[in-house]
Order: sequence, then structure tokens, then C-alpha cells
Amino acid sequence: MICLPAADPGIVARREEIVAALRELIGPGNVVAEPLRLAAYETDALTAYRQRPLAVALPETTAAVAAIVRYAHRAGVNVVPRGAGTSLSGGAIPAPDAIVVAMGKFNRILDIDYANRCVVAQCGVTNLAISHAVAERGFYYAPDPSSQIACTIGGNVAENSGGVHCLKYGLTTHNVLGVEMVLPDGEIVRLGGRYLDSGHYDLLGLTVGSEGLIGIVTEVTVRILKRPETARALLIGFGSVEDAGACVAHVIGDGIIPAGMEMMDRPAIEAAEAFVHAGYPLDVEALLIVELDGPAAEVDMLIDRVRAIAESHDSASCRASTSEQERLAFWAGRKAAFPAVGRISPDYYCMDGTIPRRELPRVLAAINDMSRRYALRVANVFHAGDGNLHPLILYDANSPGELDKAEEFGNEILKLCVDVGGVLTGEHGVGLEKRDLMTYQFGERDLDVQHRIKLAFDPALRFNPGKVYPTLSRCAELGREHVHRGAERFPDLPRF
Amino acid sequence: MAAEGNSMLRPRDAADVAEIVRAHPRALEPMGGGSKRSIGRPVDADPLDLAALSGITEYEPAELVLTARAATPIPAIREALAANGQRLAFEPPDFAALLHGDGVPTLGGVLSANVSGSRRVSAGAARDHFLGCRAVAGSGEEFRAGGKVVKNVTGYDLPKLLAGSWGTLAVLTEVTVRVAPAPETETTLVIEADDAANAVEMLTAALASSHDVSAAAYDPARGCLLRLEGFGPSVAARAAGVLEALRPPGVERLDAVASSALWSDLGSAAALAERPFVWRIGVPPSDAPRVLDAIAPRQFLLDWGGGLIWAALDELDVGRVRGALPTGHATLWKAPVAERSAAAVFQPQPAGVAAIAARVRAALDPAGKLNPGRMA
Ligand SMILES: Cc1cc2nc3c(=O)[nH]c(=O)nc-3n(C[C@H](O)[C@H](O)[C@H](O)COP(=O)(O)OP(=O)(O)OC[C@H]3O[C@@H](n4cnc5c(N)ncnc54)[C@H](O)[C@@H]3O)c2cc1C
Repeated sequence: MICLPAADPGIVARREEIVAALRELIGPGNVVAEPLRLAAYETDALTAYRQRPLAVALPETTAAVAAIVRYAHRAGVNVVPRGAGTSLSGGAIPAPDAIVVAMGKFNRILDIDYANRCVVAQCGVTNLAISHAVAERGFYYAPDPSSQIACTIGGNVAENSGGVHCLKYGLTTHNVLGVEMVLPDGEIVRLGGRYLDSGHYDLLGLTVGSEGLIGIVTEVTVRILKRPETARALLIGFGSVEDAGACVAHVIGDGIIPAGMEMMDRPAIEAAEAFVHAGYPLDVEALLIVELDGPAAEVDMLIDRVRAIAESHDSASCRASTSEQERLAFWAGRKAAFPAVGRISPDYYCMDGTIPRRELPRVLAAINDMSRRYALRVANVFHAGDGNLHPLILYDANSPGELDKAEEFGNEILKLCVDVGGVLTGEHGVGLEKRDLMTYQFGERDLDVQHRIKLAFDPALRFNPGKVYPTLSRCAELGREHVHRGAERFPDLPRF
Repeated sequence: MAAEGNSMLRPRDAADVAEIVRAHPRALEPMGGGSKRSIGRPVDADPLDLAALSGITEYEPAELVLTARAATPIPAIREALAANGQRLAFEPPDFAALLHGDGVPTLGGVLSANVSGSRRVSAGAARDHFLGCRAVAGSGEEFRAGGKVVKNVTGYDLPKLLAGSWGTLAVLTEVTVRVAPAPETETTLVIEADDAANAVEMLTAALASSHDVSAAAYDPARGCLLRLEGFGPSVAARAAGVLEALRPPGVERLDAVASSALWSDLGSAAALAERPFVWRIGVPPSDAPRVLDAIAPRQFLLDWGGGLIWAALDELDVGRVRGALPTGHATLWKAPVAERSAAAVFQPQPAGVAAIAARVRAALDPAGKLNPGRMA
């Protein structure tokens, strides 16, 4: 049970005045205040938690964002930045005393600069739209979160999002060259640009992954790459997770950095196969997808090398894609793993810890023990190359107490990740979800230093309060209202 | 307690560092090998000699992660990695020749300065490989930041902030970096170019190809330099691909040994060693020819596909250099002490950014104890 910060009744009482002020500032058409329309902004992809915001502002220009922020600063109102609302950690969940600044209207690509291999986009442009915009010349934007058709580049910057190809091509932070950002006092700054590195402190690096706590990113400059000449994948089955893990270590130890290296355990394989019929073997305990990209000469050679390595670790089956269609088929099951699990369970809860890879067998065994103890099934998908684990905990929110149990189970997994030398989150962010576990990974002084950085940007703590860092503020146990399979109960009731 | 004396502070471990930062009455100049001491404004501070904080503490090649005490010399890191077929992909440069210095670069120093070699354009900068650290803030607290795994978004990315902060926010005591497999082989194509504009065109075409050019530079004395690294057959195929795309009139091909030596010199601008004033300038690659025309340097090198200009001048001329930049940043990398004391060595920032930078500094080092004024 995550506690949401208590709303300030004084602010909630001033709702009409605040809405009127926003309408005055950015035009009535850009302010959402009607309960029914506000419902769309109640939560993000951590749907177990929802709260109706005070109001939603839909600015169209950076100047409008700055005006909203300056007003909020003066009026003492909190601000929650929002992109597409696909955060899995509750980072975009609003508060009853906060203005949501939703950046959906910032949806234009401003410049495609092939000479400098970069694209300048407004923050609300989707991740995939950037790749689409440069596809005609054979370029793409490398970080590819599975949510890429929906999530925004501004959200990616805020979360430092990754994807299955970030082992070779890096996370968002390695691919962002610059941003324009509105600071919590309304000041508009530019950090970085179409050049590399900074002449001073790397405030851009600090901004990426700051989860909407230190400003609203309005524009992003990203690096684009030429598509590799070819890509092929191997689909390798193993009789044990240990063998699969040893194979991954061996591939990397051999100097090979695959474009992607994904692992699935038996429950995940079964769910995926039942859903998309990708042709996955069903008699194995672990499945690896290894993708190699580059010039054909290299890819063909490495396919053979990885196959030989897999055989040396007793692979039970091994197929190499010989066509683009086959390669995509190998990926189809992995890419559909979440919805596939959604089919076999009323609800699932996705975790995101990172561990040193050598700990994989031990951690998976421990997760299986926990699964028995909590009497909840679990399926594991795993960015095996970089140790980022996504256990999916299966539960039924209609069964009393199961959500609490699932959350406890999840917390135990994340603590284990920290215990073995890893971290709470590899790509989904801390948000609301993992906030209270921060003290498990970091000491008091570590958190204090981070808090001082926050204060340097946002001394009044107005931006995305209650997220990422545990605070001593009063706490309301309201707010959680589970929505089962997307059906909302009592949609008409006001929630202030 | 560590040996104390006005001139030499030699902590033995992180606890000593914290004690000194808290108790020492004067400002401190954190120092690893001292190889970059002559970069930045000279500071009036007592050297904090971190040499004792040396040694690799954790290294598992298959995890692609290495942890070492901050003042571990780069050569020691290189050697340990090479024994396992690995390397630091960002190629930490050694500026000994350029700066006429004798200090040996250390891992903590390289990260604090965020200096990267020619491979920066393809593999990322020092900051991109900096995963986590233990450090002592200017306020005297020991703290940890980041982690020891390659993928981590838990909390603010403080290693990024500390990278390139030149010891003005915190003293690094232990650092964790991402490491990478070393390639089986490499080659460099040396291609004639008429001038900087022609060179930038070729560098851009090469980097915009799918041939994975890992470094792309222009040395007017030699020509365009394009580096290809990886497995043997792949390097051969990609080199052929680059040549087919560029169709240069003349090309020389360097073997692995010559190639590696060339880039070690190029990444550290060793060719400019005899020049008194050297600027390190970051620009959009397509601006480089115009910027060079405006500066008219005595000698120059272009690296990072044109995005990094090393410009050597005979006199200081800050206005000429900074005035030539429509965007980007220029750092006075080498200059006699008198000029470094007077000029803005680092690129001045717009007021809004400068204000935030000052607040960030005050958050970690409220009394201005670490390297005061160095980044002016
Ligand atoms: C099915 C599914 C699959 C996913 N797969 C992946 C994956 O493979 N890899 C991965 O890393 N993530 C994944 N995610 C998580 C999510 O898509 C990413 O975190 C994404 O970057 C969020 O973008 P968004 O635009 O939806 O941001 P939101 O959810 O709206 O916001 C996320 C956070 O960013 C802040 N924010 C948003 N926009 C801005 C802005 N302009 N300025 C400042 N702060 C801002 C918000 O305050 C919030 O804290 C997945 C999510 C789903 C639902």
C-alpha cells in the first residue's frame, strides 16, 4: 500500500479561482476542469492508484508553460508534468491539489538535421514518431521502449527510458544532446544543443531521469543513427536458467555485444506462445533471444559464434533467423509478453530491478520460493544483457488482499535486487511506486545530497511532490481504488 | 588522522578525506595524479593529494563493470582490462605531451574532467560510462551515488553531474565505470582532403553511414582519419564500404598498431604541444568550417566528426574565439598561468543556467571549499 501525500485543503478550496486563472493565462480551451474529462488524467500505467487532479493545463507554447509555472509558483500550487501517461511507476499520477501540465500539444518535430545527425522535437512527440520521421533516409532513434508508439520523448527524458536495444545503443541519456526546460520558478533554460558535452556542469545529464521533479522539458534534441545493414536473431532454448545465464556471460566474455539479448522463463514462454504462436519451444526452462546487427559479414560470423557458445552450454534448441520475417517472429512473443501474461491472469504487476547478471540463478530461485510463499504466480522476462529483470506478478485484484500481497511480493523482489548488489529500477523509474524503498537502497546522507539538488531547482518542493523521495509530509491513505481490467467503478462520483 | 601540514594533505581513505574536508581551515584542491592541474583557473587552495586512494576493488569482466578507488592510475586500469580483452570505450586521453605535464591521469580525475578521446563520437563520453561513486561533498559528508550495475535509473543521475565538475562539488573516493570488450582488430583510413569544409563533408558522410566508423577526425597535416574497429572480417567489409561510399582519390590504410598510436596522439591533441594557447571547442559539426574561418587559428585539429575543434593560437584572444561560436562551448585548455588567471577559462553560461549551476554548487559545497574559482 503506497501512501499518497495528503492534499492541501486550502488549495482544493481555491479550485475555481485557480481554474479561472489558468483559463485567463492559456485560454479556456486549454484548461480541463470538468470531472468527466479530468477522469482521463487520474492515473498512468500504475493503474492501481488514481486521484483526480485539481485541473489539467494543456499548454501549446513554451511561453504558456512558463506562464503556468510562474502562476503556480506565485499561487503556491503544486505541478505534475505529464507526457502520455504510460509511466509504470506512477510518476505521472496527479494529486487533488496539483495542476497537471499535460504536454500532448507539443507534438511537432521542429527540425531534422542530417548534417549533424540529430532531430529537434517538441517534448510531446512520441518516441516512434522520431524514428518514422527519419526512416526515409535510413536513420532511426535508438532507444526503443516497448511503449514507443505511445510514450513521449519528454517522458523518455524524464524517466531515462530504455528498450531491448539499449545494451548496445544506450539509454535515453546516451542519446539526448539537449533540452529546453522550464524551471520551477518559470525561468526558461536551454541545456546542451547540437553539439557534444557541456562547457560547464552537466545539468543536461542531471535532467535526464529526474522524473519531472526539477522542471518541465519542452523540447528535446536527440542523436539519430543510421540503421544497421542487417539484423538477425537467434532463438535458443535451455534446460535450465543456469545454463542460459552462463551462455549470456560467455557471449559477453567473448567480446560480443549483441544488439539485444532477452531471456524468458518457462511461465513467460508458455504465456507468450499461447498468445502469439511464435513457435517457441515449450519443453525448455529458459529461452534466449540474441539479436546481432551490423554488416552482413559480421552478423553471419557472430551468429555462428553465438550458436557455438550456446551449444557449449547445452542448449536444448537453437534457431537462427534467415529472413526478416523470421526475426520478427522470434521477437513477437517477447514483445507481447506483457499482454500475454494479461491473458492468463486478471491482473499483473510489473517489476523492474537490475542485478549483477551472475546473480540471476540465485535471484530467480528466490523469486520462485517467494511465489510459493505468497501463493502468487510469477513470469519472468529479463533484459539479460544488462541484468534488468522484469518479474510479472500475477494476481487478482477482485480477490481481497491480493493486491497488497502482490505489492509485498514485489517489494521483497526489489529488496533482493539491492541485497545482491543491484538496484530498484533499471528503466521504469522510482515514481510513486518505489519511493518508500529508496531508503533500502540509499543511506540517509545519500538521499540528503539528492534532496539538496532538488532544493537547488525547486526550493518550495512544488514539482511532482510525493514522488521518488520519501517525505515526512502528512499522508493520506485515500486514493487507492483498484480498477479491474480497466472498468471504473462509480465514474460519476466527484473525488475531491 | 592523515598527515597534515599546510602544503601536503594525504588522506589514506575516504574517512580521512571527509575529516579533512570538514576540518581543514583552508580551501582544498583535490588531486589525483595532477595531470590536469594546469587546466582551469589557478586556485588558491591546499592540494588534497588522493594518491593513496588507489587500486581496483571489484572487477568482473562478464558484468562489464569495474570499481576502483578514485586515484587509481589509468595505466593500471588499462592493464587490468587488457588482460581480460577489455577497455574503457571512451578512451581517456593523456594530455602530458600537450600540457608539458608529468602527472599520470587517474580514473577519478578523468571522470571529474569528463575528458574523452576520439571514440567519444561513437561510444559516448566519460560521463556515459560513469555508473556510480562514493564521494565526499564539499560540505564534508560521505555519500554514495548511482550504482554498480550498467542499467540504473534509481534517483537523480548524480554521476553525470559530478562528471565534468572538476572537483568543485565533491571529492570522488571510489568510482564504478562500465567497461567494454576490446575489438579484435582496427584499421584507420587516411584520406586526402582539400580543406576543413571538404573534410567535414567526408567525416559526416562516414559517420552517417551504416559502417560503424568509431572515430572520425581531420588533421590538416595528414588528411581525414576514419577508424574502424571490430572483428577482422567485419572491419575489412566496413572499410571497403566506406571507401566505396566516399570514393576518395587517394587513401592510405594503417595497420592496427599504427592506427592505435595515431588515435592516442590525436585524442590528446599532442600535435599542438608546442603552441602556447590551445582551445577545446564543442560545436555542431556543420558549423566547424565557419568557426575555423572566423578564428583563423595558427594550427588546428578536428575530432568527433567535426564536433570538436582543437584550436591553437599565438595569443589569448578570448573574444575572437568565443565570438566565432554561434552555439557550443569553448574552453581555454592550455595557457600560461597569468592568462588563465585573468580569462574566463570555461564557457560563460547564460544567466539562468549560471544561476542554477551556482545553486547546485552551493547545495553540495556551501562554503566553496573545493577548488574555488577553478571553473570561472
Ligand atoms: C506497455 C508498456 C511498456 C513499457 N515498456 C517500457 C520499456 O520497454 N522501457 C522503458 O524504459 N519503459 C517502458 N514503459 C514505461 C513508460 O512507457 C516510460 O517510462 C515512458 O518514458 C513514459 O513516457 P510518457 O510520455 O508516457 O510519460 P508519463 O507517463 O506521462 O510521465 C512519466 C514521468 O515523466 C514526467 N514527465 C513527462 N513528461 C515530462 C516533461 N515534458 N517534462 C518533465 N517531466 C515529464 C512525469 O511527471 C512522470 O514523472 C512501458 C510502459 C508501458 C505501459
